[in-house]
Formats: sequence, structure tokens, C-alpha cells
Amino acid sequence: MANPTGIGAAVRRREDARFLTGRGTYTEDINRPNQTHVHILRSPHAHARIRGIDASEALKAPGVVAVFTGADMAADNVNSLPCGWLIHFKDGSPMKEPPHFPIARDKARYVGDAIAVVIAETREQAKDAAELVNVDYEELPAAASLRAASDGNAALVHDDVPGNVCFDWHLGDAAAVDAAFAQAAHVTKLDLVNTRLVPNAMEPRAALGEYDRITGDYTLTTTSQNPHVIRLLMGAFVLGIPEHKLRVVAPDVGGGFGSKIFHYGEEAIVTWAARKVGRPVKWTAERSESFLTDAHGRDHLTHAELALDKDGNFLALRVSTLANMGAYLSTFATSIPTYLYATLLAGQYKTPAIYAEVKALFTNTAPVDAYRGAGRPEACYLIERLVETAAREMGIDKIEIRRRNFVPPEAMPYQTPVALQYDTGNFPKNLEMALPAVDYAGFAARKAESAKRGKLRGIGFSTYIEACGIAPSNVAGALGARAGLYESAEVRFHPTGSVSVFTGSHSHGQGHETTFAQIVAERFGIPIENVEIVHGDTSKVPFGMGTYGSRSLAVGGSALVKAMDKVERKARKIAAHLMEAAETDIEVKDGRFTVAGTDKSVGIGDIALAAYVPHNFPLDELEPGLDEQAFYDPKNFTYPNGCHVCEVEIDPDTGVTKVVAFTAVDDFGRIINPLIVEGQVHGGIVQGIGQALYENCVYDENGQLLTGSYMDYCMPRADDVPSFQVSYHEDSPCTHNPLGVKGCGEAGTIGASAAVMNAVIDALSEHGVTHLDMPATPERVWRAINQARPAMAAE
Amino acid sequence: MSCTITMTVNGKSVTREVEERTLLVHFLREHLGLTGTHVGCDTSQCGACVVHLDGQSVKSCTMLAVQADGAQVTTIEGLAAEDGTLHPMQAAFREHHGLQCGFCTPGMVMSAIDLVKSNPNPSESEVREGLEGNICRCTGYHNIVKAVLAGAEAMRAGTPVKAAAE
Repeated sequence: MANPTGIGAAVRRREDARFLTGRGTYTEDINRPNQTHVHILRSPHAHARIRGIDASEALKAPGVVAVFTGADMAADNVNSLPCGWLIHFKDGSPMKEPPHFPIARDKARYVGDAIAVVIAETREQAKDAAELVNVDYEELPAAASLRAASDGNAALVHDDVPGNVCFDWHLGDAAAVDAAFAQAAHVTKLDLVNTRLVPNAMEPRAALGEYDRITGDYTLTTTSQNPHVIRLLMGAFVLGIPEHKLRVVAPDVGGGFGSKIFHYGEEAIVTWAARKVGRPVKWTAERSESFLTDAHGRDHLTHAELALDKDGNFLALRVSTLANMGAYLSTFATSIPTYLYATLLAGQYKTPAIYAEVKALFTNTAPVDAYRGAGRPEACYLIERLVETAAREMGIDKIEIRRRNFVPPEAMPYQTPVALQYDTGNFPKNLEMALPAVDYAGFAARKAESAKRGKLRGIGFSTYIEACGIAPSNVAGALGARAGLYESAEVRFHPTGSVSVFTGSHSHGQGHETTFAQIVAERFGIPIENVEIVHGDTSKVPFGMGTYGSRSLAVGGSALVKAMDKVERKARKIAAHLMEAAETDIEVKDGRFTVAGTDKSVGIGDIALAAYVPHNFPLDELEPGLDEQAFYDPKNFTYPNGCHVCEVEIDPDTGVTKVVAFTAVDDFGRIINPLIVEGQVHGGIVQGIGQALYENCVYDENGQLLTGSYMDYCMPRADDVPSFQVSYHEDSPCTHNPLGVKGCGEAGTIGASAAVMNAVIDALSEHGVTHLDMPATPERVWRAINQARPAMAAE
Repeated sequence: MSCTITMTVNGKSVTREVEERTLLVHFLREHLGLTGTHVGCDTSQCGACVVHLDGQSVKSCTMLAVQADGAQVTTIEGLAAEDGTLHPMQAAFREHHGLQCGFCTPGMVMSAIDLVKSNPNPSESEVREGLEGNICRCTGYHNIVKAVLAGAEAMRAGTPVKAAAE
């Protein structure tokens, strides 16, 4: 029988004990004696020169402790928030990196830009006093969208960035692509919008800064997915605090989806202010503040062309994308529309020639950075929309066109024309599993039945691949990353046999406290309740890069395996000594160390005790203790892949689209906990459906955020989506990490939007609709039907 | 502008002086230290703040503490038994993996209990509609719905939550 608490088991989560009883500790739950509260005064203008700030009235308000501005930070030599990835122009010159200060200094560049910080005894007093701060703004014209910013007469977001162009980058072989297009029997062209989204983790961002004036130690408690990265960026680059004097703690974090990766100005503000006022300083975003200031996602305008031969084989793909950076560069912003996007443009297909150019623009909007999928949903969306459009244009079945163009399993490892080499994957298998699962054969009958009820039914596919488990550090460095992307783990056996694991990964919903414990429990044959997983505190955990990019098991789990390997190597030596046998005669299974061919064995618990009470111990050869650390740098990205299928039913009178079924067949390599994997897929699918049908972050032409709350930004609710059918196979484990895992956190979001939009367009195609942009709101769907068939409107 | 209010929270009577503008959610979190109830938005949509007031679910971010003067309030901290035995709805959420980051969970569980009290044998679509006032970003709702249906069954039958099918 499989180990009920080991790898592959649907172990119920240990985290739930505290979350279900209201005993989670999120940053806003933490209070320190004598703490003060911050309210940040933010610019109401998208673009304005700051002529002066008069805080004299605010300083007199009840409970106010201090009011700080950008000038105060400048006087203390506080630096710009850094960008972690250097991208180059096509000509090799480096990207434009204008400063990004925690509090704006010369200009406000987006609605929400921090202008002044009011610190008071209570949150309400800080808010009240903020209304008394007088800011003299000189309003300037705003460039509030990609189109506006790329206009020749556009206002400049940064005075020294011509044309608002951060970089103009490319990847691939333009000459080969041009040659292929010249031979093409058919070219499919699409102009696509990848809508701007607000990640909207349910926990708003928060930060608590503390300073101990006796020791000179700073502590920042923050809602981060990667506390060590914050410590490095803030300590080394922004505030000049040596890392050994700065502790960063990310306690329970209520969702991130990428938006809590970045080093935000508020983290620096509270840390710096704690020393200035000599008291703890606490900030929590209100939801409307989160809407304004959390990094947004996506926001691409793309023109894409696919060249095919007469049989529907893909000859070449040409892509030209405008990507929005927002007003300032967020930590990973520049890598998202470049190395996490263009390198995925082969998709699951053997397209021989690909060329992509990406122009990144500054606009007077909030900074844009990674949001679940980070570049890969954008790539998958454009490829899969092109594929189904091409199929329709050429009269080739949309399943058949995919089969013709898949990279076959026997071609693995497969070197794509866009830098990445896929290690393994069986794309035809995912599709063959999906077809009966969705009862594809029965679709025609279901469509006819819908039609009898006056409804339009459509089915859409999305066969996606993504690169995650980031990343091999030397590759990332060569491509411009300014950080390594390894992960750390320490496995510490205690004298009486329980284990504490310190991981650089950080769980903010993914269940690492359970899944990582499963891995350890299985390896050493110990009860899972004897394994503790510690994460999120830089004073406890070796340097790790944190959790995003579906990397925790692939990279963090691999570091864990390496550390366990070191423990086992030492344990063998100890076992050999205890049993007076040769080390080469020791066999290890499930934490029992046995002398081969005998029944002499000793368990890991006894070995641990011997290591910490080394009375019978080879002290001349081995140190006491059983505590090993490892760092793991991945050899390649991992390549989760799958087939997602969406079936929709549209009411042509109202334009309302109902998702009636969504099926996912995925290859995540080896599965550690199927319950958690399925949960990740469900959540990702709903975010993908959200983008396709409901969500859209909209600024008006003056840079005012129109969708600034849940009133106007449509988050999917339980009754907007159905239950899902999720399955996977484990036939193609990752070839290059010890667990064989590929990661699953983002796959649902990467595949889903294309499947939904393909289904919508499939449903509307009988009305002559060939293209529709996200979100396919009822109004847009209704208009598309009626524009394509004006006679219908008259009926 | 402050006044004194008294209410019963999780079975215990509490009396405090509060500014009149204090929201019930802030009273619970900051005056009583019951941080299990969360603030997730500022427009009354997300439901992370749901508690039970005199037996009905309310969004505690949309009530003033003074409005709860004299009331019986139950928060997530008050659901489990003294000996730690989980309420069937809590147990169901654990069994069916109905939570990931946990932030929406207290409000979701409180809403679910109220939904089942009004409709002891809900269908899947009734559960989905009934939870329209609770937003979750992590789970995609699939397992929340399974949890609520399982919790409802356990509450109806007075039996423990059934193990999920493998």
C-alpha cells in the first residue's frame, strides 16, 4: 500500500488547523507595543509636478507623530527601488532605468504614487491628518495607455526617456521568418489585447517596520512571497542596511499570485520610518489602495502572424508586442514580456522559425509586473488563438491541425527556435486524454440541443506549455537577471528524532508545510507530524529566492532532496559505526539502515540520538550532529504542459456567456499531493476565466483608475464558474531534478484564457464573428453578434 | 466622540469604550484581539469579514460596533468546541481542501454555516449562489462547494464529515 503520508498521498493540510479557527497570523494581525500607524497620501493626478508640500496643519493634528516626504528620504540618502532584470535594446544598449523612489520626489507619475507619509497613534488619526496636508501640484498631461504613450506627441512619463520607450527588444530569427512567410500558402493575422489585470490577492499588502536603537537591528514584517529577496534589495540597494542587521519576516501571507514578489516602496518607508520616529511603524493597504498600487499584470498589445503551408503545417510565427511597464519599473517587470514570454512562442508546436519584437513603454499608470503565469499566459493566448483561427480560415479541423504540428514525444529533448529546450512531454497524449473526457464526439449533439433553446454553444481548446521552476542562475544571469535563482533547504534532525526543515520557499497558500513534510516523512520513514517546515523568516532560513514561477517543489523541493541526501550520507557512516559494519554494506530503506544480508538494522531516530549524544560515535572521522544544508540551482526550466478545453453556452439576446464545462489534462511530472495540485489548477482556471470573461483593469485617458474597487472590477464569484474536471498523467517526469516534478501553480491560468476565448469565438462563428478581445463581456458579445449580423438585430 | 458598548462575543460578555465611527470588524480585531475575522475590501463585497450576529451572517465591515450593542456575536474563533473539536463545516473545509491561503476562509465558513442553516440541503447551484458575497482568489470555488455540501450533510445528519472520495 502506498505510504498514506508520503509522496503521492492526498494528505490533508496541517496549515488548516490555524486557518480554519482564526489563528492564522497575517501581517495586519501583528501588533507591537507603542506602535504607530501610517497613512500614505497619494497623488490624485496621473501626472503632476510636485511644487511643494505643506504639512504644517497636519503636524498639529491630534495623534500625529511625523509627516515625511520624498525630500526627507532624499536627505537620508534613500535610493531608488531596483529593477532586478536588465534587458537590452536591439542595438545592445541597456534599457532605460529611471529612478523609482519609495516616496515620489519631483513628480507624481500615476494616480496612487506616494507623495507624503503621515504617521500617527491610530490609523484613523493618520487618515484624518493626511487630509490636512497641502500639496501644490502642477498637473501635466498624462500618457495613460500603451496607445497614448506611443503616440509621437505623448507626454513623457520620465523626462529623460524618449518616446516613453524603456526598451525595444527582440528574440529569434527575423530572416528565417521572413523567408518562411514568403513561401506561405496561408497567413493568419491577429491583433490581440492581453488585458491589464489586478491580481487582487484577498489579503491586502501590509508592512510593519521596527528598529532597535540599542542593537541597531531592523525588523520588517511584510506580506512577501520572498523575504530574503526583500532583505537583499531593500538592505543593499535602498536603505543601506547591512543584511546581518536586517531581519525580514513574511508570516502567513494571504495569497500573492506574483503581486507580493516585488520590493514595494511601503516596505522601505516603514523600515526607514521606524528608526526616524523610534517606534514600530505599521501600514496596511485598504483595498482601493491595493487597486491603485499593487503591481498590475499583463497589458500587452500584440500583432501576430502565423505562416502555414497548404496542409496547415506551421512555417513561421512573427510577433510584435507593446508591453506596458507602468510609471516605474517594478522588480521583475522587464523580464515578463521578454524572457518569460517570447521564449514560449513555440508552444507545443514544431514551428521552425520564430521572431518576436517587444517594445516596453512607460505610462502614467501603476507599475506592471508578474501576475500568475507572468508572460506565459500572454504567449499561450496568442498562439492558441492563432491556431484555432488558422484552422477555421483554412477549413482544417482544430484538433487535426494541432496533431500535425505537435512536437512529437520522440523528438524530446526538443530545442525550440526561441532559446528554451523542452526536456520531456507528451503533447498528443494530453489531447487524447482530453477528447473523451470532454465527450468531444458528443459536442455536435449538445450544440444542437443548445440551439433548440436559442443558445449558442462553442468549444475551445488550449494546448499550452510553460517554462517554470525558475531558473538556472547562469542562464538567467546571461539573459540579464541580477539575481541567482537557486533555492535553499536545511534539514535539521533533533536529538530525539523529530525534524525541522528550513526552506527558502515561502508558502502563501500552496501548502508547503504539508507537502514538504510528506517528502521528508517518506524519505526517512518518520511520522509526518514529527516534521516541521519553517519558512518566511530570514533569521531562521538560509538565503532563498522565494515562491513564484511554480518553482517551490522543482527548486525548493530539489534543495530539500539534496539536503536529505547529505543527511543520509552522514547517517550511513553513523549506522556503519553503530553496527560495526562497513559503510558499503549498509542498505537504506524508509529511514532504516540495515547491514546487507542480515537483520541488523538501526533507525534514523537512533542515528540522530547517537549523533547528538556522541558517546558511541566515530568522533575522529565525523562531527557530531545531524543537520545538513543544501542549495540547489536548477539545470533547466521545467516544462509543465497540458490540454485545456472549455465549453460555453451563450445567450445571443443578452450576450451572457456561461462556462458549462472546463476540463484540464495536465502533465506536471510527479505529483506530490494530488489534492493540492488540483486546488492549484482550479484556482488558476478561475483566474483564466476571470480574464477571459470578467476582469479588466481600466484607466481613462487622464490616467484615472475607473476600476478601482470590487464594485467596478469584476472578480469571479462562485456562481460565475462551474466545477471542473481535472486530471493529469505522470508519464513524463522532469528529467533533470531529483523529484521529477514540474510545478503546477500557474498552469490553470496559463491555459484557461485561450480555451475560453476560443470557445466563445467558436460559439459566435456561425454569426460571422471571427475575433473578439477579452473580456468577452455580455455587451461585447452582443455587439459582436449584432455587428456581424445586422439583420439579426432587426428581428 | 466615544461611547460604551456591551455585547456577547463567542459566549463572553465584553464592555468597551469605542469611538462611534469604529466598525464592528475593527472592534473585534483591535479591541478584542480576535484577528480571525479579516478585512479584504472597502466596498462590502469580499465577505472576509462575515460573522454571525444574533444568529445571522453579517458583514462586520459594514456595521458600526455601536450597532452591535447588546447583540450576540459569533466569530470564527467561537466555532470550535472547548476541547478543540471542529465545527462540521470547519472539518469539511479541511477534508475537501476548501482553503489555500486561508484569508477568505473565516468569512467563507461563517457564510456557509448561515447558508446551510437557512437551506439545510442545498444543491450545488444554491451553494454557489449563496456564496456570491464571498470572494476567493485561491481555490476557484470548486473545493469550497464540495466542502459546503459535505458540511451541510454532516450538519443535517449530526454525523462527522465523511472522508472525501480518493
